[in-house]
Amino acid sequence: MTNNSNANAGEIKLELKNLKKSYGDIQAVRGLSLSVKKGQVVAVIGPSGCGKSTMLRCVNILEEPSSGMLRIGNDTIDFSVRSSVPSGSRLAKFRSRFGMVFQQFDLFAHLTAIQNVMIGMTVVQRRTDAEAEERAMSLLERVGLAETRDRLPKELSGGQQQRVAIARALALEPEILLFDEVTSALDPELVGEVLDVMHALASEGATMIVVTHEMAFARDVADWVLFMESGKVVEEGPPQEVLVAPKNDRTKSFLARYHRQ
Amino acid sequence: MNYNWDFFFVIAGYENWWIKGLLVTIAYAVGTVIGGLILGVICGTLLLANRIWLTVPIHMYVELFRCTPVLVQIVWFFFALPILIQVQLPAWLAAGVGLTLYMGCFATEIFRGGIISIDKGQWQAARAIGMTYVQMMRHIILPQAIRRMIPPFVNQSVIQFKNTALLYVVAVPDLMYTGYLVVADTYRPLEVYTGVAVAYFVLLYPLTQWGKRLEARGDK
Ligand SMILES: Nc1ncnc2c1ncn2[C@@H]1O[C@H](COP(=O)(O)OP(=O)(O)OP(=O)(O)O)[C@@H](O)[C@H]1O
Ligand SMILES: [Mg+2]
Repeated sequence: MTNNSNANAGEIKLELKNLKKSYGDIQAVRGLSLSVKKGQVVAVIGPSGCGKSTMLRCVNILEEPSSGMLRIGNDTIDFSVRSSVPSGSRLAKFRSRFGMVFQQFDLFAHLTAIQNVMIGMTVVQRRTDAEAEERAMSLLERVGLAETRDRLPKELSGGQQQRVAIARALALEPEILLFDEVTSALDPELVGEVLDVMHALASEGATMIVVTHEMAFARDVADWVLFMESGKVVEEGPPQEVLVAPKNDRTKSFLARYHRQ
Repeated sequence: MNYNWDFFFVIAGYENWWIKGLLVTIAYAVGTVIGGLILGVICGTLLLANRIWLTVPIHMYVELFRCTPVLVQIVWFFFALPILIQVQLPAWLAAGVGLTLYMGCFATEIFRGGIISIDKGQWQAARAIGMTYVQMMRHIILPQAIRRMIPPFVNQSVIQFKNTALLYVVAVPDLMYTGYLVVADTYRPLEVYTGVAVAYFVLLYPLTQWGKRLEARGDK
């Protein structure tokens, strides 16, 4: 089911080294290192406020890290060296190498489902409307939403909105997908349809970092699991080890709290 | 009470005065609303840049003009400012500047309020797909924000239109001041000021209704 074997053999797609991010006095991420291989699915778990979202937003520089190093493909950014940090349109271009999906969906409220998927292609990539529409349609079909193409976000259920958001994230053919608790705002009966789409993406070989509270999903789909606490990685390894037989006491108590629920 | 109404008496012979007064009022209303809008877009945009050396003076301007009567502002620009700068502004300019700055401070708030009412998630999503600031503003933020700005802007324009009657105090010959001149000539304040009130009402009622309709549509 997982693509463990080929993922472990693959090249390193993304690497973070000693990444730090502070907001004033608050150190949200304090020295985080991580590497993701091509086609690998990395699940990130940890208690609320431990810095998972901040880490994810640092990866595509929605937040600029205070220091540390980031490497994607052959490009290296050292956040202590100002000149190596992209800005303006280079930063925008850098961000489009990632596809990001958020907890609150955050679809563009004035655009229909298909327009939400098209807008990155027409505005950022400057593709023609016809080209963008064709690709957007095939992406909507892929997430099972071809019929809702002309509906506004407010006319869609939470699960449908989140699937449109996934299609939007896929539109620019990103190298890495970032998911930030994408099922946490959904009614329980809608979680499955979104996880199914993510599961399919993983089996098709997408490289993904998934912040999640869905332990079953992490166990079944992830190749690698990180447990974070207080802005640091406390334990990491294959899901069978971290989720089933954790070594670290903090991981143990976090998971114990989870299983009790 | 058997007052003998005679509107003909205050119109005949004064047609040119009235037409001019009406045009002056409309010109000031339209001119200062447009001027205020431009000022508001500029100041509102600068506020969004979040630089303290920009935001502090703009907030001071906005609060100063919002928290003083526009009558005081017009009088100040006409009677007080010339002493400071040693140049006498013509009445039409002093009044125009006062009214434009007054409209501008509300337009600034309306513009900024409309922009920041778009939830942070959409800003983040737009940046995440690789839009530049300008692309995000043009394709995501402004289309939604402008829709929200229109009703308060129309309502403020109605208020602004009424405020043009204050041109009277610096003797700019608008509708109100024309009324004063005709009264001085005819000793018929009842007909004159009733007529002036009706003229304002006829101009403003449709605008007010339009504002209400826009607001109702925005609620949906
Ligand atoms: N923009 C910000 N300004 C100031 N502090 C912030 C900001 N964003 C996050 N923080 C702080 O950084 C820490 C980490 O926040 P973060 O949102 O990354 O945690 P999280 O692991 O994603 O939590 P959750 O599971 O609740 O989403 C928290 O203490 C939070 O209060
Ligand atoms: Mg979070």
